[in-house]
Amino acid sequence: MIHSLFLINHAGDIFLEKHWKSVISRSVCDYFFEAKEKAVEPENVPPVLQTPHHYLISIYRDKLFFLSVVQTEVPPLFVIEFLHRVADTIQDYFGECSESLINDNVVTVYELLEEMLDNGFPLATESNVLKEMIRPPTILRSVVNTLTGSSNVGDKLPTGQLSSIPWRRAGVKYTNNEAYFDVIEEIDAIVDKSGMTVFAEIQGVIEASVRLTGMPDLSMTFMNPSLLDDVSFHPCVRFKRWESERALSFIPPDGNFTLMNYHVSSQNLVTIPVYVKQNICFFETGPCGRLDITIGPKQTMGKTVEALMVTIHMPKAVLSANLTATQGNYTYDLATKVLVWDIGKLNPQKLPNLRGSLSLQSGAPKPEDNPSLNIDLKIQQVAISGLKVSRLEMNGEKYKPFKGVKYLTKAGNFQVRT
Amino acid sequence: MQEWANQLCENRQFGSKMTDSKYFTTTKKGEIFELKAELNSDKKEKKKEAVKKVIASMTVGKDVSALFPDVVNCMQTDNLELKKLVYLYLMNYAKSQPDMAIMAVNTFVKDCEDLNPLIRALAVRTMGCIRVDKITEYLCEPLRKCLKDEDPYVRKTAAVCVAKLHDINAQLVEDQGFLDTLKDLISDSNPMVVANAVAALSEIAESHPNSNLLDLNPQTINKLLTALNECTEWGQIFILDCLANYSPRDDRESQSICERVTPRLSHANSAVVLSAVKVLMKFMEMLPKDLDYYGTLLKKLAPPLVTLLSAEPELQYVALRNINLIVQRRPEILKHEMKVFFVKYNDPIYVKLEKLDIMIRLASQANIAQVLAELKEYATEVDVDFVRKAVRAIGRCAIKVEQSAERCVSTLLDLIQTKVNYVVQEAIVVIKDIFRKYPNKYESVIATLCEHLESLDEPEARAAMIWIVGEYAERIDNADELLESFLEGFHDESTQVQLQLLTAIVKLFLKKPTETQELVQQVLSLATQDSDNPDLRDRGYIYWRLLSTDPVAAKEVVLAEKPLISEETDLIEPTLLEELICHIGTLASVYHKPPSAFVEGSRGVQHKRLTSSAGSGESVESPDTGSAAVSEAPPTVIPSQGDLLGDLLNLDLTPPTSTGPPPTTAPGMQLGAMDLLGGGLDSLIGDESEPPPIPLRTDTPQSPQPPHQSPSPPHYSPTEVAPGNHTGSLGGDIGGSPAMGTGFGAPPAAMPASFNAPISGGLDDLFDLGGGGGLTMGTYIPPKSVWLPAMKAKGLEISGTFVRRSGVIQMEMTLNNKAMSVMSDFAIQFNRNSFGLAPAGPLQILTPISPNQSIEAALPLSTVGPVMKMEPLNNLQVAVKNNIDVFYFSCQYPISMLFLEDGKMERQVFLATWKDIPNENESQFQIKDCHLNSDAASNKLQGSNIFTIAKRTVEGQDMLYQSMKLTNGIWVLAELRVQAGNPNYTISLKCRAPEVSQCVFQNYETVLKN
Repeated sequence: MIHSLFLINHAGDIFLEKHWKSVISRSVCDYFFEAKEKAVEPENVPPVLQTPHHYLISIYRDKLFFLSVVQTEVPPLFVIEFLHRVADTIQDYFGECSESLINDNVVTVYELLEEMLDNGFPLATESNVLKEMIRPPTILRSVVNTLTGSSNVGDKLPTGQLSSIPWRRAGVKYTNNEAYFDVIEEIDAIVDKSGMTVFAEIQGVIEASVRLTGMPDLSMTFMNPSLLDDVSFHPCVRFKRWESERALSFIPPDGNFTLMNYHVSSQNLVTIPVYVKQNICFFETGPCGRLDITIGPKQTMGKTVEALMVTIHMPKAVLSANLTATQGNYTYDLATKVLVWDIGKLNPQKLPNLRGSLSLQSGAPKPEDNPSLNIDLKIQQVAISGLKVSRLEMNGEKYKPFKGVKYLTKAGNFQVRT
Repeated sequence: MQEWANQLCENRQFGSKMTDSKYFTTTKKGEIFELKAELNSDKKEKKKEAVKKVIASMTVGKDVSALFPDVVNCMQTDNLELKKLVYLYLMNYAKSQPDMAIMAVNTFVKDCEDLNPLIRALAVRTMGCIRVDKITEYLCEPLRKCLKDEDPYVRKTAAVCVAKLHDINAQLVEDQGFLDTLKDLISDSNPMVVANAVAALSEIAESHPNSNLLDLNPQTINKLLTALNECTEWGQIFILDCLANYSPRDDRESQSICERVTPRLSHANSAVVLSAVKVLMKFMEMLPKDLDYYGTLLKKLAPPLVTLLSAEPELQYVALRNINLIVQRRPEILKHEMKVFFVKYNDPIYVKLEKLDIMIRLASQANIAQVLAELKEYATEVDVDFVRKAVRAIGRCAIKVEQSAERCVSTLLDLIQTKVNYVVQEAIVVIKDIFRKYPNKYESVIATLCEHLESLDEPEARAAMIWIVGEYAERIDNADELLESFLEGFHDESTQVQLQLLTAIVKLFLKKPTETQELVQQVLSLATQDSDNPDLRDRGYIYWRLLSTDPVAAKEVVLAEKPLISEETDLIEPTLLEELICHIGTLASVYHKPPSAFVEGSRGVQHKRLTSSAGSGESVESPDTGSAAVSEAPPTVIPSQGDLLGDLLNLDLTPPTSTGPPPTTAPGMQLGAMDLLGGGLDSLIGDESEPPPIPLRTDTPQSPQPPHQSPSPPHYSPTEVAPGNHTGSLGGDIGGSPAMGTGFGAPPAAMPASFNAPISGGLDDLFDLGGGGGLTMGTYIPPKSVWLPAMKAKGLEISGTFVRRSGVIQMEMTLNNKAMSVMSDFAIQFNRNSFGLAPAGPLQILTPISPNQSIEAALPLSTVGPVMKMEPLNNLQVAVKNNIDVFYFSCQYPISMLFLEDGKMERQVFLATWKDIPNENESQFQIKDCHLNSDAASNKLQGSNIFTIAKRTVEGQDMLYQSMKLTNGIWVLAELRVQAGNPNYTISLKCRAPEVSQCVFQNYETVLKN
């Protein structure tokens, strides 16, 4: 199972290590540093590395590497999932996952890691169980603790640990009972030069924020559940009910959680909200090129497209850009060669346009690769797949909770090739 | 009042700096000293803060072990946080302070009786992490109690503790009966306890491959399936992985397990999903294909696999590696999902490359247009590795989907027009492959290719281009000029290019003899006289001889029709694929290697195989039937080109039964030559004692004709001389392999002395056949190494090595006197050792050795001495006495010293023995970075009395079946798998005494690499 964990920052310094079995020398990370050196970009470091005596499985998140060492045959997905869970937990506890915050709370992080694994076997990874054992630091609590001499560590057995619903603790109490759900859909698409959709799919997620007293039993039904043929659920969802009635029935965890992920790939259901007319070319003669981009609405289901933004990774030879935008601002980062055009709201009457010239490094050959455009956008109050929640009911408790469902469509990995 | 104020002050200080970074502030006055004082403080709060500081230092790798007693003193406390912190410290440092750690035992024992289950669990958990032998025995009683604790939280923690204890002291765990208690916990009422018990047992089982720890029967399976629904996501992974090891009794049982596992496919945790996929993929084999449920199951598998691809890139990578296996086994699952494998420009490179691989596997007539459009898009990306692979992929599509070939070729031509150097080179390499697959179809593009001749700077591309020019010389007007231009820098080219050039010019000469005589003379002399590369030289001689003896025959041989290359040669071999399918989701599946090949500590991992339902027509050839085919009747169905040729090599000259392109001109001769390759020449050269059996079935009074066909793409044709392999079958057999190179010198005229094949006249100018015998084939002799350094032996330095010469083992030593005085009166003795090696006579050093003099001594050894098993097995402890003192040293002898000359087993006996030896005795190893082809390897090994009994070629992979016999009568059987173009060999060894396998493997490695 998982033997050790090393946290490594962007620069390649190990700033925290934790061993769940015997201690493994830091030098094992040298193999990783070698691979990191070779990969140039941190994103390209292979996640599974073989060394003479160990395996190194790593993830890269928030500019940090979480590197685990294993010695025996372990499912690598199990390790990667766990590492993401560690990152999630740190983020959950301290607000973000950064080196400085981890260093500021090093003992708490260490205690958490100790609770999360025992001998390399996962012990407690549910956030609500962990929070019962090790309370997240708040300024108020630290002051109180120092005055009273009490500690951050719970001394009772966490209730969720053993019940058949480990995700929920007993005795939850709220004065305002509320259950809010966000249906968020991300469009992943590749559109080719001519505007044809090469590939498109929707990654949907239902995020829940549930603060309900006691042991509520919720059920959610949809207007068009037939859309959902590829789903993965939070463990709280009763799979049998879904199979038979296409309803989500569950006792929710307390607080924020992801209820369900789904995936819509059937082509006729995935609509592309905007079209892009673009022309980026570089001249054979003379060190320059031209860029001309226009964006217009395609299928927006009557809603406004907001937070529209275009990102272009320019070829290395592009020195600078001299452009005019009819709407929004553009920036060109000389170091990373990234052109960002922040448009904002899309006005169907007056389509935003960005055009002008690009200057190339003199003497450099004409770039061979054409840059791809990455589009960001948001559409409020609609799930682009057409998914709609029809009812949300609560059983098991007497009170009447506040309920609400919000919809949001975003661009995920939306690329336009040139 | 004053005190109160002080405290307030202190508190404020804490309050102002709330974070843990304060624990790092060091003072100048010796940090440890200060911490010590604080740890011994009376104030609880101060104590806790001090322990926190200690832990903080520990986490960043500072050594705070000096504080051990002080920290342990804080252990007796009611404050749970403080207790936990102290435990954390203990776990880290107990090993380095075992005596001190004993102090903690009492507290553990007491805590295991505590009323609070959290404390009981904490104690049992921490206990197991203290890796000190002295302590472990004290922990058995508390652990036993905790395993039966009323609280499931304690039980589940105790279950893991058994695994920990087993890691420290396996014997103790067995003696105390903890394993049985653990097995009982599989039937526990609490699913979390069950999951942990399974996890612990699985981990323990890994170090005892043959123990029946996880004895799965329908009852336990049922319990596991029940627990599966209720335990945590991690528990589900353990249980699913355990279920995958079960073999259902019949298809009904397998169906019912599948039905209960299917809901896991919708789990949010990708590891759960993949483990469930593993169980389903494995148990599906048992289901009859006509069952409705079978189809339903296939449909259910696609969506979760697709979903895995929308996760984080690291998860995607592992998923893709596994999907690669699944697609090979059951392409129907994802055949409609091509698009999810399209590459996004911001995917990490490791994801891009994997996606590309799967795209090609899924390519079919239905989707080829889309795939090609994508591949063309990728060929303009930035990343060079990715672009190269994309260009290659276009070539692979052309070969795989015949209808698309034309489109692929035009796409490649478009890419060549971009003039991007590496794209052009890569395109030319794949176009060569396309020519091999579709001869006489696309030659019109040659003119375009020739325009780019100059820009080729990579050997592979140059070799490919030269091959094309030679192959189509008759259609290229200025072929001679083109080839001549390459000839100028002949000696600066890599071997690959040189060999190609030689062959191409010979082809050219055969096609246009009149105008190219000079050119061919030139290249032959360059290759035979000016080159010190044995392969090149030998190929040159063969051509020379062929051309000067019988140009007609030369034409038939060199310009023989080539077999078409097969479609997908990069598929994983079926038996390995089956094994990997059983290991979906593991590291083995990521590396596409069998687990036994690389996981440390799992020496005897049992090979898992899919068990398919009886009557399903899909059953894949098992290794047993595979080896049977080697010696038995030829298979009636000849599946593919590669197999056909492979069988021909092994089965004595059975004429091919099906169609196929073996040369129609002179089949007899060609076949005869092939047999020579298989075994005839081996015995001819290697073993002088036997009369050389030359099974030539041809009436032509020819010397052995090498079936030389022109070089071909390295990874497509197993039987041909691949440009990537330095030694073609040709060079290797007739005497050019590096191994033999040691046997005779470099001058081109000195040909192998033992080469006494019947040769018709007119060749004596080329072959000096003077010496008829004598030299045994190059036995590998390890270089001498220093056994006894002078520092340790008062100036006597002994270095040496072991040699086996005509059946006698000799220890050859150089004794070097580095002292100031004369040494004399030498004597030698061995300690008892594994194979009873003993000096056969006294050490013969007759004259005293004076200072700075060194002397050579050879000591013949016998194998009738006293026997004692050594570690490692081939270790030899030696005592050497001289007039000064007695010195001891130990050295390791290569186990091949013990291989007898009569170690060649009969084929039938081999087959029977192989089957007879139980599978647990089989071990598999990898030999890395070995660039010999199988024939050269076989020759080399024969020099060390490792005899090749049969050879078989399956899908570009040569399998050599070999045997050897040790002096004590133990037989070792081996299967060596060599993949053309892949420098990693796989070797499986079977032996009744499996402990020798490791040594034998090492020996293989040293022999093959030297």
